[in-house]
Amino acid sequence: MNPMPMVALVGNPNAGKSALFNALTGARQKVGNYPGVTVERKSGRMSLADGRPLEIVDLPGTYSLEPGSPDEAVTRDVILGRQEGERLPSAMVIVVDATNLDNHLRFALQLIALGLPVVIALNMVDLARRDGLIIDPDRLSAELGVPVIPTVAVRKQGIDDLKERIGLLVGDGAQRISAGRAIVHEDIVVVQRRARAIALAATTEEHGARQWSHRIDAIALHPVLGPILLAGLMFLMFQGVFAWAQAPMDAIGALMADTQAWVTAHMADGVLRSLITDGLIAGVGAVITFLPQILILFFFILLLEASGYMVRAAFIMDRLMARVGLSGRAFIPLLSSFACAVPGIMATRTIDDPKDRLTTILIAPLMTCSARLPVYAVIIAAFIPAKTVGPGIGLQGLVLFALYMMGIVGAMVAALVLRRTVTKGQSPGFMMEMPKYQLPSWRDVALGLWTRALIFLKRAGTIIAFTTVVLWALLSFPKPPADSKANPVDYSIAGRIADGLAPAFKPIGFDRDIVLALIPAMAAREVAVSALATTYSLQAKGTAADDPALDRNLAQRLHGHWSLATALAFLVWFVFAPQCISTIAVTRRETNGWRWPGFMVGYLFVLAYLAAGITFWASSALGL
Amino acid sequence: MRLDSLPMRRPARIVAIDWEALRPAEARRLRELGFDEHVTIELVHQGPFGRDPIAARVGRMTIAIRRAVAAAITIEPLTAQGAAHVHTRHAAIAAE
Repeated sequence: MNPMPMVALVGNPNAGKSALFNALTGARQKVGNYPGVTVERKSGRMSLADGRPLEIVDLPGTYSLEPGSPDEAVTRDVILGRQEGERLPSAMVIVVDATNLDNHLRFALQLIALGLPVVIALNMVDLARRDGLIIDPDRLSAELGVPVIPTVAVRKQGIDDLKERIGLLVGDGAQRISAGRAIVHEDIVVVQRRARAIALAATTEEHGARQWSHRIDAIALHPVLGPILLAGLMFLMFQGVFAWAQAPMDAIGALMADTQAWVTAHMADGVLRSLITDGLIAGVGAVITFLPQILILFFFILLLEASGYMVRAAFIMDRLMARVGLSGRAFIPLLSSFACAVPGIMATRTIDDPKDRLTTILIAPLMTCSARLPVYAVIIAAFIPAKTVGPGIGLQGLVLFALYMMGIVGAMVAALVLRRTVTKGQSPGFMMEMPKYQLPSWRDVALGLWTRALIFLKRAGTIIAFTTVVLWALLSFPKPPADSKANPVDYSIAGRIADGLAPAFKPIGFDRDIVLALIPAMAAREVAVSALATTYSLQAKGTAADDPALDRNLAQRLHGHWSLATALAFLVWFVFAPQCISTIAVTRRETNGWRWPGFMVGYLFVLAYLAAGITFWASSALGL
Repeated sequence: MRLDSLPMRRPARIVAIDWEALRPAEARRLRELGFDEHVTIELVHQGPFGRDPIAARVGRMTIAIRRAVAAAITIEPLTAQGAAHVHTRHAAIAAE
């Protein structure tokens, strides 16, 4: 067994490595994880002109061989042949940005010194020309002593030349036995000076053309216009998520309902039918209903990232985030979590600092996601009178706003506390290169979306589908005896769990029926509405949970059963409680283990219990 | 004068960087991003809230750092003449 030769793509962040990777491999990509770390292994297949296959691995962008983050440690270990689960590359493609040659060459020099066969992809030569920089690749090649190929990865220029050169480097594809040479520990400043000299020598022409990026930044980073532009873009993003995701989500819901109806019509009643309709189809449905939102959010995030705007957004928000020990990088993931925590948590990958990232993941569920809205809507409609408390300010809207604020303030307080305790460590700081603005390539955005969708479906999806089936089993078994008049749900394990938990929830004003409704709401928060409807003996079958008529009826019923104090406590519970298996699953995936999702669930439950309790006791004391 | 008190759009030259005052990781990243003695630097943007962080142009790169880090960098504002001097020095390094 001789595995195909592996070629590693290495380079600084913002060198256009991912675009080059896409250009070399097309859609034949695989995203995995390196063992034991949350670092992605992005690999793809490429065929040489003579048909020989190669594996291309896109290593995380890094500035040097001294690792400052897990990503960078993996890059270093792979090219030194030390990374567990990875073979030593047969060759390296060093990607350098032609517009930023002196800085990128410093890292290139360090890489060349390792002794692996290398080729330099002198990328973004078009942007360099736009900026008035002409670089002589032959001169550069002579200075460095390695081949240099000019490329424009986003336009697929120079790719064939690069492939040809890779073919020569890999040779007959024999595996290299020797490990790479050790790192040359030369002072970084010395190497940087040498790089500057080489860059200057290879640059044949340099005139100060007006740089586009500077003009855009004059607006995007303007002290007044900048935040307005950011707010506008975020508003557009949310409009997009809510306006575009609703139709496909409804369609998926309808498709699932049709499938359930079809199976119900064609199968005999029994455990198997129940498993398929209420367990499997509901589980798969729960997974793919999230997809439209995830894809739309990621579409925006990828655009912001690829265009270079993301770093500007982080720049604008950094000061505010710093107050709670986070950095500007946490802003977009947290904002995305208002639509859904799942893509928000997936978007934390853009945060370099591991503790900063972990803190962001842990507080993301506190952002009020769209699945909480149906629950809030029903309870508020039932208990909060629709009166105005000021000009144009309705009490119901005010309560909704207060719930959102409670989540935000809770998240900020949680971040402050976490940064001083479990995710303690030096504050992440904020030191970033601001990349040039670039028109994103649609192909790269599409490939990025495709990869994200696959990750979600494969990794989070399996866990979500599995737990949905487990929940179904808990709610369905054991069956009550045929002669029993007991409600099957009451008789089930879930019913008994609710019985067991009820005393614990009594102090915060939740009766057993509420506890029972919370169990299926673990699959998706909005299920709480239909679960309550079932519990309060409404016809739940065949009525969509968001049917306004059902909401009205349910609201009246609830009004009879709950005190206002209980209702308020229930709302507050939903602000904080980790009521969503998808979030837990994706946290497990993103933190590579059960430790952090376990911690997240624990601290959020404690928070939810205390907050709901305080609400209940305070409002009871006020006689509500 | 320290970098955190340099006015916007006023070219300066880095005289010294107090590496000891920075965390090792920060110091390393700063070096990797091209901060070095004798390098020309110019502040081009500042954050809208509390004028922090700041964006500095170093070589062909624009780099965002917090003011706290900038306080470790000693600079000397350049006159037009000074800028020319640095340029010749840069060329001299290249000629080596």
